[in-house]
Amino acid sequence: MVKKLLEGIRVVEVTVYQTGPLTTQALSNCGAEVIKIDTRMNMIGGGGGVGGGGGAGGSGAAGGLQKSTNKLSITLNFASPKGLDLAKRIIAKSDIFVENLAGGSLIRRGLGYEDLKKIKPDIIMLSTCMQGQTGPYATHAASGHKLSALSGFNQIHGWPDRPPAWVAAYTDNIAPCYNIVALLAALDYRRRTGKGMFLDMSQNEGGIQFMAPLVLDYVVNKRVAGRTGNKYAYAAPHNAYLCKGEDKWCAIAVFTDEEWVSFCKVIGRPALAKNPKFATLLARKENEEELDRLVNEWTAQHEAEEVMNLMQAAGVAAGVVEKAEDQERDPQLKARHFFWELDRPEGGGKFLSPAGAHFLLSKTPYELKTAPTLGQHNDYVFKELLGLSDEEVAGLVKEKVID
Amino acid sequence: MAQKAEGMLSPYRALDLTDEKGLLCGKILGDMGADVIKVERPGGDAARSIGPFYHDDPHPEKSLFWFALNTSKRGITLDIETADGKDIFKKLVKNADFVIESYSPGYLDKLGLGYSVLEKINPGVILVSITPFGQTGPYKDWKTADIVAWAMGGHMAPYGDTDRPPIRISHHSQAYLHAGSDGAMGAMMALYQRTLSGEGQQVDVSVFESAVQSTIHHNPTWGSGRPSAKRGEVRMGTAHKATQLWPCKDGWVSYSHGGPSRLSPSLPLIKWMEIEGFTNDFLKVFDWNSPDFPKTSQEDMNRIEEPTGRFFIAHTKAELLEGAVKYQVMLYPVATTADMLENPQLIARDFWIELEHPELGIDITYPGAFGTSSEMPIKITRRAPLIGEHNQEIYEGELGISKDKLALLKQAGVI
Repeated sequence: MVKKLLEGIRVVEVTVYQTGPLTTQALSNCGAEVIKIDTRMNMIGGGGGVGGGGGAGGSGAAGGLQKSTNKLSITLNFASPKGLDLAKRIIAKSDIFVENLAGGSLIRRGLGYEDLKKIKPDIIMLSTCMQGQTGPYATHAASGHKLSALSGFNQIHGWPDRPPAWVAAYTDNIAPCYNIVALLAALDYRRRTGKGMFLDMSQNEGGIQFMAPLVLDYVVNKRVAGRTGNKYAYAAPHNAYLCKGEDKWCAIAVFTDEEWVSFCKVIGRPALAKNPKFATLLARKENEEELDRLVNEWTAQHEAEEVMNLMQAAGVAAGVVEKAEDQERDPQLKARHFFWELDRPEGGGKFLSPAGAHFLLSKTPYELKTAPTLGQHNDYVFKELLGLSDEEVAGLVKEKVID
Repeated sequence: MAQKAEGMLSPYRALDLTDEKGLLCGKILGDMGADVIKVERPGGDAARSIGPFYHDDPHPEKSLFWFALNTSKRGITLDIETADGKDIFKKLVKNADFVIESYSPGYLDKLGLGYSVLEKINPGVILVSITPFGQTGPYKDWKTADIVAWAMGGHMAPYGDTDRPPIRISHHSQAYLHAGSDGAMGAMMALYQRTLSGEGQQVDVSVFESAVQSTIHHNPTWGSGRPSAKRGEVRMGTAHKATQLWPCKDGWVSYSHGGPSRLSPSLPLIKWMEIEGFTNDFLKVFDWNSPDFPKTSQEDMNRIEEPTGRFFIAHTKAELLEGAVKYQVMLYPVATTADMLENPQLIARDFWIELEHPELGIDITYPGAFGTSSEMPIKITRRAPLIGEHNQEIYEGELGISKDKLALLKQAGVI
């Protein structure tokens, strides 16, 4: 009998923006019961509440919904003593607690690991922040947009003759991967030993994992990694090429001589394969600028999709520089049900969510449902889970503890 | 015998047959204590030819790319295309919890080593398959490259300058690292399911989808009907263009005036600038406590940015980082790999570790753990394996293959 992936696992989160919500989303989409504690405050400025406002898209975008699929939402002001007590009672009935406020914030508010361990000895708590919970910069608040600079990604993004390029909040999407892996490993460890743990995840330390070969290059060879545009050490052509239409591009990468011969056939110039200027990889690298111009002459006459399809059919790696709207109709993503069209929780249409989990499993499918409205599950959590009476809940609402 | 690594995953074993698309997966499991055995083709994997190299010497035992992504693994060589190689591989699968591979879809099936066969040998085994486009769908047999995955994934369209092509992140593949970590995530998810069902299964990771997943930070416009962000257009919906990356004394710094009011990062910096005398008449009268940045005109934004630019150019990256923490300013310098090693926070947290490379006669500093656990350390347990370094340990010590037979298999090119 196949069970849901994370059946029986309950997760509580106090999270904002990206890394926290994306960490728990993989768990909720895989069947864990994830309860997001929001306060009305979180909603101001689109800070990552469950509703439509959150995320880089600003108000009206589905950013917040896309990060909240399958989650439950409660509104609880845990800055009040009664609210704090309720938060603890919920966590005491849970397996995992995830937070991504600035380092130390929750300790000051009475929800640090030491506090929680007292009420739930085997709790698994994960804190994810910019630079970790210890050390001189622990409490420094910033965002992934800036942290991506500190982790080194702007430095290696762009053209060698120009300033570093923007890479948005790139590390916001590295951190959740490590967070999820660590949480799942901790669950298995707890199953075997009965012990919970505190996981202190620094977004900077996670980000630098993705820089590791370049760190070693500096350590060993004292070479500081810079920007190389779209060039790659042992491939040519290797670039994005302008195609027919407005701002349509296709990336092409030719590594081997065999691929080069196929490439020349596709562009209808088989003789080019033997031209001494391009016949070998060394020659192609030496004449890369000229080669890029030749490729562009051909791509400019074709649609980007056509370039991709022709190249791939001939065994050459190529792919359209896709935008969101291209991905929505991408046949491969469609065939694998990458996007889920879900009902907006407040009614009034649908929204599109990416898969949330980052893989498919052969025996245990996962299912995305909708995202919650703010406070939608107050009754379930406070009455069913904690056993409060209707009167008690009404009183807490009146006192704005349940906010 | 290998020393048993203490870690969250120490009871588990993984066989890692991946190329560069999946190497990170096994490293992550190994850093959490799993016994990861890198299974290379005889003579060593092709990924050993990926640079950079130790002292720029392109030798298969000197690839820094290989070093970085194969820590916490042991290594054996095996040609799984030979009949003996298949037999040995099947023996290894009996005691494995994970098999991680990145061959083209169908390759292992053709060899008679697909999931349906492995499952019969060991019902609990979890096969993690990391491929360019996944095991199914119209593109499943297509080729990829980082620039292709990055392009299709949506990471290129928004970035770069309007007068040049969209750009990828330079150097080694970022897309493959996302796929590798997603493989580790899938492996862990399948492991949890195994505790409920008793059965393993196949984890299907698509490099393309891993790349798409990791664009959520800049691409939440799916289904909205709104256009995606364009190159050179960092922020939409404001009455001005704001600078994001500024020159400073010895490099660059990431900082932006603007954003929604609750997030407003500007006041702490304006105060710091004022302390050091970087101001103008406009800064003195502007309402920093409740700024309405989206409506700020380009002219006013220029008045804000002019002294800001002067301030940054007068300071070094190190000064700006220290001051950012002191004055609670939301900025970070654009760190180079050299800067990272000097970062006081990383030093205070003992992030960097030294790994001995006896064959090179040196210790090399590595980025350390991806996280810190209060209970069981996450840590690199060993440097990347040399070619066939643990053949004897595993083939003779564990599988009980005699020395004579090993010699024969070696001559036959099986190991």
